[in-house]
Amino acid sequence: MIEFRNVDFSIGGNPILRDISFRVPRGKTKVILGPSGSGKSTVLRLLIGLYRPDRGEIFVDGEDISRVSAARLRQIRSRMGMVFQQGALFDSMTVGENVGYALLEAQGDDESDVEEPVRHYLELVGLDPDLIDRMPDQLSGGMQRRVAIARALAALDPVLLLYDEPTTGLDPQSAERITDLILRLRDAHGKTAIMVTHDIADAFKVADDVTILERGSVVFEGTGDELARASKPFINEFLAPFRKAIAAAQQQFQAAPRGPSGPSAAPHEGGRA
Amino acid sequence: MVPPVIVALVERFRLLVETVQDYTLFTFETLRAGFRRPFYVQETIHQLHFSLIGSLAIVLVSALVAGQALAIQLARELTNTGTKGELGHMMVISVVRALGPVLTGMVVASRMSAGITAELGAMRSSDQIDALVAFGTDPIRRLVVPRNVALVIALPVLTILGDGLAMLGGAFVGLQYHLTWALYWNGVMQYLTPKNLLVGMMKPFFFAILIVTTACWKGFRSEGGAKGVGLATTESVVIASVGILVTDVITTRLLFRALGW
Repeated sequence: MIEFRNVDFSIGGNPILRDISFRVPRGKTKVILGPSGSGKSTVLRLLIGLYRPDRGEIFVDGEDISRVSAARLRQIRSRMGMVFQQGALFDSMTVGENVGYALLEAQGDDESDVEEPVRHYLELVGLDPDLIDRMPDQLSGGMQRRVAIARALAALDPVLLLYDEPTTGLDPQSAERITDLILRLRDAHGKTAIMVTHDIADAFKVADDVTILERGSVVFEGTGDELARASKPFINEFLAPFRKAIAAAQQQFQAAPRGPSGPSAAPHEGGRA
Repeated sequence: MVPPVIVALVERFRLLVETVQDYTLFTFETLRAGFRRPFYVQETIHQLHFSLIGSLAIVLVSALVAGQALAIQLARELTNTGTKGELGHMMVISVVRALGPVLTGMVVASRMSAGITAELGAMRSSDQIDALVAFGTDPIRRLVVPRNVALVIALPVLTILGDGLAMLGGAFVGLQYHLTWALYWNGVMQYLTPKNLLVGMMKPFFFAILIVTTACWKGFRSEGGAKGVGLATTESVVIASVGILVTDVITTRLLFRALGW
Protein backbone atom coordinates (compact mmCIF):
# COMPACT_ATOMS: atom_id res chain seq x y z
CA MET A 1 0.00 0.00 0.00
CA ILE A 2 1.10 3.54 -0.76
CA GLU A 3 0.47 6.47 1.53
CA PHE A 4 1.43 10.14 1.39
CA ARG A 5 1.09 11.82 4.76
CA ASN A 6 1.20 15.64 4.99
CA VAL A 7 3.93 15.95 2.36
CA ASP A 8 5.41 19.36 1.54
CA PHE A 9 7.95 19.80 -1.24
CA SER A 10 9.61 22.86 -2.74
CA ILE A 11 12.30 23.57 -5.32
CA GLY A 12 14.55 26.59 -4.80
CA GLY A 13 12.14 28.00 -2.22
CA ASN A 14 9.11 27.67 -4.54
CA PRO A 15 6.47 25.41 -3.00
CA ILE A 16 5.48 22.63 -5.42
CA LEU A 17 3.38 20.44 -3.10
CA ARG A 18 1.58 21.55 0.04
CA ASP A 19 0.36 19.17 2.73
CA ILE A 20 -0.41 16.31 0.34
CA SER A 21 -2.10 13.25 1.85
CA PHE A 22 -3.64 10.25 0.08
CA ARG A 23 -3.62 6.44 0.10
CA VAL A 24 -3.55 3.81 -2.62
CA PRO A 25 -4.65 0.34 -1.47
CA ARG A 26 -2.87 -2.70 -2.90
CA GLY A 27 -4.15 -3.73 -6.33
CA LYS A 28 -5.92 -0.42 -6.97
CA THR A 29 -5.29 2.31 -9.51
CA LYS A 30 -5.14 5.91 -8.35
CA VAL A 31 -5.38 8.65 -10.95
CA ILE A 32 -3.91 12.05 -10.14
CA LEU A 33 -5.52 14.77 -12.20
CA GLY A 34 -4.73 18.44 -12.43
CA PRO A 35 -3.74 21.22 -14.78
CA SER A 36 -0.14 21.66 -15.95
CA GLY A 37 2.16 22.82 -13.17
CA SER A 38 -0.07 21.52 -10.38
CA GLY A 39 2.64 19.16 -9.09
CA LYS A 40 1.27 15.85 -10.46
CA SER A 41 4.55 14.48 -11.84
CA THR A 42 6.36 15.60 -8.68
CA VAL A 43 4.24 13.15 -6.69
CA LEU A 44 5.63 10.28 -8.78
CA ARG A 45 9.19 11.58 -8.55
CA LEU A 46 8.88 11.73 -4.76
CA LEU A 47 7.54 8.21 -4.74
CA ILE A 48 10.39 6.82 -6.84
CA GLY A 49 12.88 8.71 -4.65
CA LEU A 50 14.15 11.17 -7.25
CA TYR A 51 13.23 13.91 -4.77
CA ARG A 52 12.99 13.92 -0.98
CA PRO A 53 10.11 15.74 0.72
CA ASP A 54 10.74 18.83 2.86
CA ARG A 55 8.19 17.59 5.36
CA GLY A 56 5.84 14.65 5.80
CA GLU A 57 6.11 10.92 5.17
CA ILE A 58 5.78 8.67 2.15
CA PHE A 59 5.01 5.05 2.98
CA VAL A 60 5.51 2.11 0.63
CA ASP A 61 4.17 -1.06 2.25
CA GLY A 62 4.53 0.52 5.69
CA GLU A 63 8.10 1.79 5.21
CA ASP A 64 8.77 5.54 5.14
CA ILE A 65 10.94 5.98 2.03
CA SER A 66 11.77 9.58 2.88
CA ARG A 67 13.89 8.35 5.81
CA VAL A 68 15.64 5.29 4.35
CA SER A 69 19.25 5.04 3.16
CA ALA A 70 20.17 5.24 -0.52
CA ALA A 71 20.87 1.49 -0.60
CA ARG A 72 17.48 0.65 0.93
CA LEU A 73 15.80 3.09 -1.46
CA ARG A 74 17.32 1.20 -4.41
CA GLN A 75 15.86 -2.04 -3.02
CA ILE A 76 12.42 -0.45 -2.64
CA ARG A 77 12.66 1.02 -6.15
CA SER A 78 13.20 -2.46 -7.52
CA ARG A 79 9.56 -3.18 -6.58
CA MET A 80 8.38 -0.21 -8.67
CA GLY A 81 8.25 0.37 -12.37
CA MET A 82 7.91 3.84 -13.80
CA VAL A 83 6.68 4.90 -17.22
CA PHE A 84 7.96 8.41 -17.85
CA GLN A 85 6.35 11.12 -19.95
CA GLN A 86 7.25 10.44 -23.61
CA GLY A 87 8.58 7.02 -22.54
CA ALA A 88 12.18 8.11 -21.79
CA LEU A 89 13.54 5.09 -23.63
CA PHE A 90 17.34 4.91 -23.76
CA ASP A 91 17.88 6.04 -27.32
CA SER A 92 21.35 4.51 -27.63
CA MET A 93 19.94 1.03 -26.89
CA THR A 94 17.75 -1.32 -28.90
CA VAL A 95 14.18 -2.14 -27.86
CA GLY A 96 15.43 -5.42 -26.42
CA GLU A 97 18.18 -3.73 -24.39
CA ASN A 98 15.66 -1.20 -23.09
CA VAL A 99 13.14 -3.80 -21.99
CA GLY A 100 15.83 -6.05 -20.52
CA TYR A 101 17.72 -3.18 -18.90
CA ALA A 102 16.70 -3.88 -15.30
CA LEU A 103 17.30 -7.62 -15.70
CA LEU A 104 20.78 -7.05 -17.14
CA GLU A 105 21.61 -4.53 -14.41
CA ALA A 106 20.37 -6.75 -11.59
CA GLN A 107 21.73 -10.07 -12.80
CA GLY A 108 24.63 -8.98 -15.00
CA ASP A 109 23.50 -11.57 -17.49
CA ASP A 110 24.49 -11.92 -21.08
CA GLU A 111 21.98 -10.23 -23.42
CA SER A 112 21.00 -13.61 -24.87
CA ASP A 113 19.95 -14.78 -21.37
CA VAL A 114 17.28 -12.11 -21.10
CA GLU A 115 15.95 -12.46 -24.64
CA GLU A 116 13.16 -14.79 -23.62
CA PRO A 117 11.73 -12.58 -20.83
CA VAL A 118 12.11 -9.54 -23.08
CA ARG A 119 10.05 -11.24 -25.80
CA HIS A 120 7.48 -12.23 -23.17
CA TYR A 121 7.06 -8.65 -21.94
CA LEU A 122 6.86 -7.28 -25.49
CA GLU A 123 4.06 -9.75 -26.18
CA LEU A 124 2.37 -8.83 -22.90
CA VAL A 125 2.10 -5.18 -23.98
CA GLY A 126 0.82 -6.22 -27.39
CA LEU A 127 3.98 -5.68 -29.43
CA ASP A 128 5.63 -7.97 -31.95
CA PRO A 129 8.61 -9.62 -30.18
CA ASP A 130 10.58 -9.31 -33.41
CA LEU A 131 10.90 -5.57 -32.69
CA ILE A 132 13.62 -6.55 -30.23
CA ASP A 133 16.48 -5.33 -32.46
CA ARG A 134 14.85 -2.07 -33.52
CA MET A 135 16.00 1.29 -32.16
CA PRO A 136 13.40 3.36 -30.25
CA ASP A 137 13.34 6.11 -32.89
CA GLN A 138 12.20 3.55 -35.46
CA LEU A 139 8.93 3.06 -33.52
CA SER A 140 5.76 5.16 -33.42
CA GLY A 141 4.92 7.17 -30.29
CA GLY A 142 2.34 4.61 -29.16
CA MET A 143 4.76 1.72 -29.65
CA GLN A 144 7.49 3.59 -27.74
CA ARG A 145 5.08 4.10 -24.85
CA ARG A 146 4.26 0.37 -24.84
CA VAL A 147 7.96 -0.49 -24.87
CA ALA A 148 8.33 1.84 -21.86
CA ILE A 149 5.55 -0.07 -20.09
CA ALA A 150 7.24 -3.38 -20.98
CA ARG A 151 10.51 -2.00 -19.57
CA ALA A 152 8.74 -0.99 -16.34
CA LEU A 153 7.11 -4.42 -16.07
CA ALA A 154 10.39 -6.21 -16.67
CA ALA A 155 11.94 -4.37 -13.72
CA LEU A 156 11.95 -7.49 -11.55
CA ASP A 157 8.16 -7.83 -11.88
CA PRO A 158 7.21 -4.73 -9.85
CA VAL A 159 4.16 -4.61 -7.61
CA LEU A 160 3.70 -0.87 -8.13
CA LEU A 161 3.49 0.82 -11.52
CA LEU A 162 3.77 4.58 -11.93
CA TYR A 163 2.52 6.14 -15.16
CA ASP A 164 3.43 9.75 -15.90
CA GLU A 165 1.00 10.99 -18.56
CA PRO A 166 1.21 7.73 -20.51
CA THR A 167 -1.21 8.81 -23.27
CA THR A 168 -0.10 12.41 -23.80
CA GLY A 169 0.62 13.19 -27.43
CA LEU A 170 -0.80 9.91 -28.74
CA ASP A 171 -3.59 9.50 -31.27
CA PRO A 172 -6.92 8.30 -29.77
CA GLN A 173 -6.41 4.71 -30.96
CA SER A 174 -2.91 4.42 -29.44
CA ALA A 175 -4.11 6.12 -26.24
CA GLU A 176 -6.94 3.60 -25.94
CA ARG A 177 -4.50 0.71 -26.37
CA ILE A 178 -2.39 2.11 -23.53
CA THR A 179 -5.32 2.58 -21.15
CA ASP A 180 -6.61 -0.91 -22.02
CA LEU A 181 -3.18 -2.26 -21.18
CA ILE A 182 -3.14 -0.41 -17.83
CA LEU A 183 -6.56 -1.89 -17.00
CA ARG A 184 -5.41 -5.36 -18.03
CA LEU A 185 -2.33 -5.12 -15.81
CA ARG A 186 -4.52 -4.19 -12.87
CA ASP A 187 -7.29 -6.72 -13.46
CA ALA A 188 -5.27 -9.71 -14.65
CA HIS A 189 -1.99 -9.15 -12.80
CA GLY A 190 -3.14 -7.28 -9.68
CA LYS A 191 -0.66 -4.41 -10.10
CA THR A 192 -1.08 -1.37 -7.87
CA ALA A 193 -0.76 1.75 -9.99
CA ILE A 194 -0.68 5.52 -9.85
CA MET A 195 -1.37 7.32 -13.10
CA VAL A 196 -0.79 11.03 -13.56
CA THR A 197 -2.77 12.59 -16.37
CA HIS A 198 -4.74 15.64 -17.39
CA ASP A 199 -6.97 13.55 -19.65
CA ILE A 200 -10.35 13.23 -17.94
CA ALA A 201 -11.55 10.40 -20.19
CA ASP A 202 -8.46 8.31 -19.35
CA ALA A 203 -8.99 9.05 -15.68
CA PHE A 204 -12.56 7.81 -15.71
CA LYS A 205 -11.56 4.72 -17.63
CA VAL A 206 -8.77 3.44 -15.39
CA ALA A 207 -9.32 5.00 -11.96
CA ASP A 208 -10.46 3.22 -8.85
CA ASP A 209 -9.85 6.48 -7.11
CA VAL A 210 -9.14 10.05 -8.26
CA THR A 211 -7.12 12.82 -6.62
CA ILE A 212 -7.15 16.31 -8.10
CA LEU A 213 -4.31 18.70 -7.45
CA GLU A 214 -4.45 22.46 -7.84
CA ARG A 215 -1.30 24.53 -7.23
CA GLY A 216 0.23 21.71 -5.24
CA SER A 217 -2.75 21.04 -2.96
CA VAL A 218 -5.32 18.27 -2.98
CA VAL A 219 -8.72 19.77 -3.85
CA PHE A 220 -10.59 16.53 -4.41
CA GLU A 221 -10.27 12.90 -3.50
CA GLY A 222 -12.84 10.25 -4.29
CA THR A 223 -14.22 7.95 -6.96
CA GLY A 224 -14.99 8.88 -10.55
CA ASP A 225 -18.71 9.00 -9.79
CA GLU A 226 -18.10 11.35 -6.90
CA LEU A 227 -15.94 13.50 -9.12
CA ALA A 228 -18.69 13.74 -11.72
CA ARG A 229 -21.06 15.01 -9.01
CA ALA A 230 -18.55 17.33 -7.35
CA SER A 231 -19.62 20.94 -7.01
CA LYS A 232 -16.51 22.88 -5.95
CA PRO A 233 -15.96 25.89 -8.25
CA PHE A 234 -12.41 24.85 -9.26
CA ILE A 235 -13.52 21.32 -10.09
CA ASN A 236 -16.51 22.57 -12.09
CA GLU A 237 -14.20 24.91 -13.97
CA PHE A 238 -11.63 22.12 -14.52
CA LEU A 239 -14.24 19.61 -15.67
CA ALA A 240 -16.41 21.99 -17.72
CA PRO A 241 -14.69 21.37 -21.08
CA PHE A 242 -14.93 17.63 -20.47
CA ARG A 243 -18.51 17.21 -19.25
CA LYS A 244 -19.54 15.46 -22.48
CA ALA A 245 -16.45 13.23 -22.40
CA ILE A 246 -17.14 12.35 -18.75
CA ALA A 247 -20.73 11.34 -19.52
CA ALA A 248 -19.52 9.22 -22.45
CA ALA A 249 -16.70 7.67 -20.42
CA GLN A 250 -19.05 6.91 -17.52
CA GLN A 251 -21.56 5.32 -19.89
CA GLN A 252 -18.86 3.23 -21.56
CA PHE A 253 -17.30 2.31 -18.22
CA GLN A 254 -20.61 1.20 -16.72
CA ALA A 255 -21.41 -0.89 -19.80
CA ALA A 256 -18.03 -2.64 -19.75
CA PRO A 257 -17.57 -5.87 -17.74
CA ARG A 258 -15.53 -5.28 -14.57
CA GLY A 259 -12.70 -7.41 -13.29
CA PRO A 260 -12.49 -8.87 -9.78
CA SER A 261 -10.43 -5.91 -8.55
CA GLY A 262 -12.48 -3.36 -10.48
CA PRO A 263 -14.28 -0.41 -8.92
CA SER A 264 -17.41 -2.38 -8.15
CA ALA A 265 -15.50 -4.93 -6.09
CA ALA A 266 -14.28 -2.49 -3.47
CA PRO A 267 -16.51 0.45 -2.56
CA HIS A 268 -14.61 3.66 -1.85
CA GLU A 269 -14.89 6.05 0.98
CA GLY A 270 -16.81 9.23 0.29
CA GLY A 271 -15.21 12.01 -1.74
CA ARG A 272 -13.91 15.14 -0.10
CA ALA A 273 -14.88 17.76 -2.65
CA MET B 1 19.52 49.84 3.86
CA VAL B 2 21.96 47.83 1.70
CA PRO B 3 22.28 49.22 -1.85
CA PRO B 4 20.74 46.91 -4.50
CA VAL B 5 24.06 46.65 -6.34
CA ILE B 6 25.70 45.15 -3.22
CA VAL B 7 22.79 42.74 -2.79
CA ALA B 8 23.15 41.69 -6.43
CA LEU B 9 26.92 41.23 -6.07
CA VAL B 10 26.50 39.16 -2.90
CA GLU B 11 23.87 37.03 -4.65
CA ARG B 12 26.18 36.46 -7.64
CA PHE B 13 29.04 35.52 -5.33
CA ARG B 14 26.79 33.09 -3.47
CA LEU B 15 25.76 31.49 -6.77
CA LEU B 16 29.40 31.24 -7.83
CA VAL B 17 30.37 29.53 -4.57
CA GLU B 18 27.43 27.13 -4.90
CA THR B 19 28.36 26.34 -8.51
CA VAL B 20 32.01 25.67 -7.65
CA GLN B 21 30.92 23.52 -4.71
CA ASP B 22 28.51 21.56 -6.93
CA TYR B 23 31.18 20.93 -9.58
CA THR B 24 33.74 19.93 -6.93
CA LEU B 25 31.34 17.43 -5.37
CA PHE B 26 30.46 16.07 -8.82
CA THR B 27 34.16 15.58 -9.65
CA PHE B 28 34.84 13.97 -6.28
CA GLU B 29 31.88 11.61 -6.75
CA THR B 30 33.12 10.71 -10.25
CA LEU B 31 36.61 9.87 -9.00
CA ARG B 32 35.22 7.86 -6.09
CA ALA B 33 32.73 5.99 -8.28
CA GLY B 34 35.61 4.90 -10.54
CA PHE B 35 36.75 2.49 -7.83
CA ARG B 36 33.35 0.97 -7.08
CA ARG B 37 31.38 -1.81 -8.73
CA PRO B 38 29.67 -2.24 -11.09
CA PHE B 39 32.22 -1.43 -13.81
CA TYR B 40 30.68 -0.85 -17.21
CA VAL B 41 33.47 -2.41 -19.27
CA GLN B 42 31.61 -2.53 -22.59
CA GLU B 43 30.59 1.11 -22.28
CA THR B 44 34.17 2.07 -21.36
CA ILE B 45 35.52 0.29 -24.46
CA HIS B 46 32.90 2.02 -26.59
CA GLN B 47 33.89 5.40 -25.14
CA LEU B 48 37.59 4.61 -25.56
CA HIS B 49 36.99 3.93 -29.25
CA PHE B 50 35.02 7.18 -29.56
CA SER B 51 37.62 9.31 -27.80
CA LEU B 52 40.81 7.67 -29.10
CA ILE B 53 40.05 6.57 -32.65
CA GLY B 54 37.52 9.35 -33.18
CA SER B 55 39.97 12.09 -32.17
CA LEU B 56 43.06 10.62 -33.82
CA ALA B 57 42.89 12.32 -37.23
CA ILE B 58 42.09 15.79 -35.91
CA VAL B 59 44.86 15.57 -33.26
CA LEU B 60 47.51 14.36 -35.74
CA VAL B 61 46.69 16.99 -38.36
CA SER B 62 46.63 19.77 -35.72
CA ALA B 63 49.93 18.60 -34.22
CA LEU B 64 51.70 18.33 -37.58
CA VAL B 65 50.59 21.82 -38.60
CA ALA B 66 51.25 23.43 -35.19
CA GLY B 67 54.67 21.73 -34.94
CA GLN B 68 55.69 23.15 -38.30
CA ALA B 69 54.41 26.62 -37.44
CA LEU B 70 56.39 26.59 -34.19
CA ALA B 71 59.50 25.22 -35.90
CA ILE B 72 59.41 27.95 -38.57
CA GLN B 73 59.44 30.62 -35.85
CA LEU B 74 62.21 28.91 -33.88
CA ALA B 75 64.37 28.00 -36.90
CA ARG B 76 64.45 31.58 -38.15
CA GLU B 77 65.54 33.00 -34.78
CA LEU B 78 68.05 30.20 -34.16
CA THR B 79 69.55 30.66 -37.66
CA ASN B 80 69.96 34.40 -36.98
CA THR B 81 71.84 33.65 -33.78
CA GLY B 82 73.89 30.87 -35.40
CA THR B 83 72.40 28.14 -33.19
CA LYS B 84 70.04 26.36 -35.57
CA GLY B 85 71.52 23.03 -34.39
CA GLU B 86 69.48 23.60 -31.21
CA LEU B 87 66.16 23.28 -33.10
CA GLY B 88 65.58 19.72 -31.86
CA HIS B 89 66.33 20.81 -28.30
CA MET B 90 63.96 23.79 -28.49
CA MET B 91 61.22 21.67 -30.07
CA VAL B 92 61.38 19.14 -27.24
CA ILE B 93 61.09 21.87 -24.61
CA SER B 94 58.29 23.69 -26.45
CA VAL B 95 56.29 20.72 -27.69
CA VAL B 96 56.75 17.91 -25.17
CA ARG B 97 56.68 20.05 -22.05
CA ALA B 98 54.21 22.79 -23.02
CA LEU B 99 52.50 23.01 -26.41
CA GLY B 100 51.79 19.32 -27.05
CA PRO B 101 49.61 18.51 -24.05
CA VAL B 102 47.78 21.85 -24.23
CA LEU B 103 47.17 21.65 -27.97
CA THR B 104 45.97 18.05 -27.81
CA GLY B 105 43.83 18.85 -24.77
CA MET B 106 42.24 21.83 -26.54
CA VAL B 107 41.54 19.90 -29.74
CA VAL B 108 40.04 16.97 -27.83
CA ALA B 109 38.06 19.31 -25.56
CA SER B 110 36.55 21.14 -28.51
CA ARG B 111 35.47 17.84 -30.03
CA MET B 112 34.41 15.89 -26.96
CA SER B 113 33.05 18.47 -24.51
CA ALA B 114 30.34 19.56 -26.92
CA GLY B 115 29.42 15.97 -27.80
CA ILE B 116 29.26 14.75 -24.20
CA THR B 117 27.28 17.74 -22.92
CA ALA B 118 24.81 17.61 -25.80
CA GLU B 119 24.28 13.86 -25.36
CA LEU B 120 23.81 13.97 -21.60
CA GLY B 121 21.77 17.19 -21.81
CA ALA B 122 19.41 15.49 -24.27
CA MET B 123 19.19 12.51 -21.91
CA ARG B 124 18.40 14.85 -19.03
CA SER B 125 15.66 16.72 -20.91
CA SER B 126 14.05 13.46 -22.11
CA ASP B 127 14.07 11.99 -18.55
CA GLN B 128 16.51 9.22 -19.52
CA ILE B 129 18.82 10.08 -16.62
CA ASP B 130 15.87 9.97 -14.19
CA ALA B 131 14.87 6.65 -15.77
CA LEU B 132 18.34 5.28 -14.98
CA VAL B 133 17.91 6.33 -11.34
CA ALA B 134 14.43 4.81 -11.27
CA PHE B 135 15.95 1.49 -12.38
CA GLY B 136 18.45 1.63 -9.52
CA THR B 137 21.42 2.69 -11.66
CA ASP B 138 23.84 5.36 -10.46
CA PRO B 139 24.04 7.67 -13.51
CA ILE B 140 27.54 8.83 -12.55
CA ARG B 141 28.81 5.24 -12.62
CA ARG B 142 26.90 4.42 -15.80
CA LEU B 143 27.53 7.58 -17.81
CA VAL B 144 30.44 9.58 -16.36
CA VAL B 145 32.95 7.01 -15.12
CA PRO B 146 33.28 5.13 -18.46
CA ARG B 147 33.88 8.44 -20.29
CA ASN B 148 36.39 9.52 -17.65
CA VAL B 149 38.34 6.25 -17.68
CA ALA B 150 38.32 6.24 -21.49
CA LEU B 151 39.71 9.76 -21.82
CA VAL B 152 42.27 9.27 -19.02
CA ILE B 153 43.65 6.45 -21.20
CA ALA B 154 43.09 8.11 -24.58
CA LEU B 155 44.42 11.63 -23.95
CA PRO B 156 47.99 10.65 -22.92
CA VAL B 157 48.15 8.32 -25.95
CA LEU B 158 46.88 11.07 -28.24
CA THR B 159 49.37 13.51 -26.68
CA ILE B 160 52.29 11.14 -27.35
CA LEU B 161 51.19 10.64 -30.96
CA GLY B 162 50.57 14.39 -31.39
CA ASP B 163 53.99 15.22 -29.92
CA GLY B 164 55.57 12.77 -32.35
CA LEU B 165 53.87 14.37 -35.34
CA ALA B 166 54.76 17.88 -34.13
CA MET B 167 58.42 16.83 -33.82
CA LEU B 168 58.24 15.36 -37.34
CA GLY B 169 56.84 18.67 -38.59
CA GLY B 170 59.82 20.36 -36.93
CA ALA B 171 62.18 17.98 -38.74
CA PHE B 172 60.72 18.95 -42.14
CA VAL B 173 61.23 22.64 -41.32
CA GLY B 174 64.77 21.86 -40.16
CA LEU B 175 65.53 20.31 -43.57
CA GLN B 176 64.36 23.53 -45.24
CA TYR B 177 66.86 25.42 -43.06
CA HIS B 178 69.65 22.98 -44.11
CA LEU B 179 69.67 21.24 -40.76
CA THR B 180 70.46 17.57 -41.25
CA TRP B 181 67.91 14.92 -40.27
CA ALA B 182 70.48 13.27 -37.95
CA LEU B 183 71.44 16.50 -36.18
CA TYR B 184 67.78 17.42 -35.57
CA TRP B 185 66.82 14.02 -34.15
CA ASN B 186 70.04 13.87 -32.13
CA GLY B 187 68.99 17.10 -30.42
CA VAL B 188 65.52 15.75 -29.86
CA MET B 189 66.71 12.49 -28.30
CA GLN B 190 69.28 14.25 -26.15
CA TYR B 191 66.62 16.38 -24.45
CA LEU B 192 63.87 13.77 -24.37
CA THR B 193 64.79 13.08 -20.75
CA PRO B 194 62.54 11.32 -18.21
CA LYS B 195 61.98 14.63 -16.42
CA ASN B 196 60.85 16.42 -19.58
CA LEU B 197 58.62 13.49 -20.44
CA LEU B 198 57.17 13.48 -16.93
CA VAL B 199 56.22 17.17 -17.18
CA GLY B 200 54.53 16.56 -20.54
CA MET B 201 52.86 13.27 -19.68
CA MET B 202 51.34 14.22 -16.32
CA LYS B 203 49.26 17.04 -17.71
CA PRO B 204 46.96 14.98 -19.98
CA PHE B 205 45.65 13.03 -16.97
CA PHE B 206 44.45 16.23 -15.32
CA PHE B 207 43.15 17.62 -18.62
CA ALA B 208 41.18 14.42 -19.28
CA ILE B 209 39.46 14.55 -15.89
CA LEU B 210 38.72 18.25 -16.38
CA ILE B 211 37.24 17.77 -19.88
CA VAL B 212 34.98 14.86 -18.89
CA THR B 213 33.80 16.19 -15.55
CA THR B 214 32.94 19.68 -16.86
CA ALA B 215 31.16 18.25 -19.92
CA CYS B 216 29.18 15.68 -17.91
CA TRP B 217 28.42 18.12 -15.11
CA LYS B 218 27.07 20.67 -17.58
CA GLY B 219 25.02 17.97 -19.31
CA PHE B 220 23.58 16.69 -16.03
CA ARG B 221 22.66 20.19 -14.87
CA SER B 222 21.26 21.48 -18.17
CA GLU B 223 17.70 22.78 -18.05
CA GLY B 224 15.24 24.35 -20.43
CA GLY B 225 15.08 21.94 -23.37
CA ALA B 226 17.01 22.48 -26.61
CA LYS B 227 17.98 26.07 -25.74
CA GLY B 228 19.29 25.02 -22.34
CA VAL B 229 21.26 22.12 -23.83
CA GLY B 230 22.77 24.48 -26.44
CA LEU B 231 23.81 26.93 -23.74
CA ALA B 232 25.27 24.15 -21.58
CA THR B 233 27.22 22.83 -24.58
CA THR B 234 28.78 26.23 -25.28
CA GLU B 235 29.62 26.72 -21.60
CA SER B 236 31.22 23.30 -21.27
CA VAL B 237 33.57 23.97 -24.23
CA VAL B 238 34.51 27.40 -22.83
CA ILE B 239 35.07 26.08 -19.29
CA ALA B 240 37.13 23.12 -20.53
CA SER B 241 39.28 25.32 -22.80
CA VAL B 242 39.99 27.98 -20.17
CA GLY B 243 40.31 25.27 -17.54
CA ILE B 244 43.02 23.51 -19.56
CA LEU B 245 45.09 26.73 -19.68
CA VAL B 246 44.66 27.34 -15.95
CA THR B 247 45.40 23.70 -15.10
CA ASP B 248 48.49 23.87 -17.34
CA VAL B 249 49.92 26.75 -15.32
CA ILE B 250 49.14 25.10 -11.98
CA THR B 251 50.50 21.66 -12.93
CA THR B 252 53.62 23.19 -14.50
CA ARG B 253 54.38 25.12 -11.31
CA LEU B 254 53.73 22.09 -9.12
CA LEU B 255 55.81 19.75 -11.29
CA PHE B 256 58.69 22.23 -11.53
CA ARG B 257 58.66 22.53 -7.75
CA ALA B 258 58.52 18.75 -7.33
CA LEU B 259 61.44 18.30 -9.75
CA GLY B 260 63.47 21.02 -8.03
CA TRP B 261 63.66 23.21 -11.18
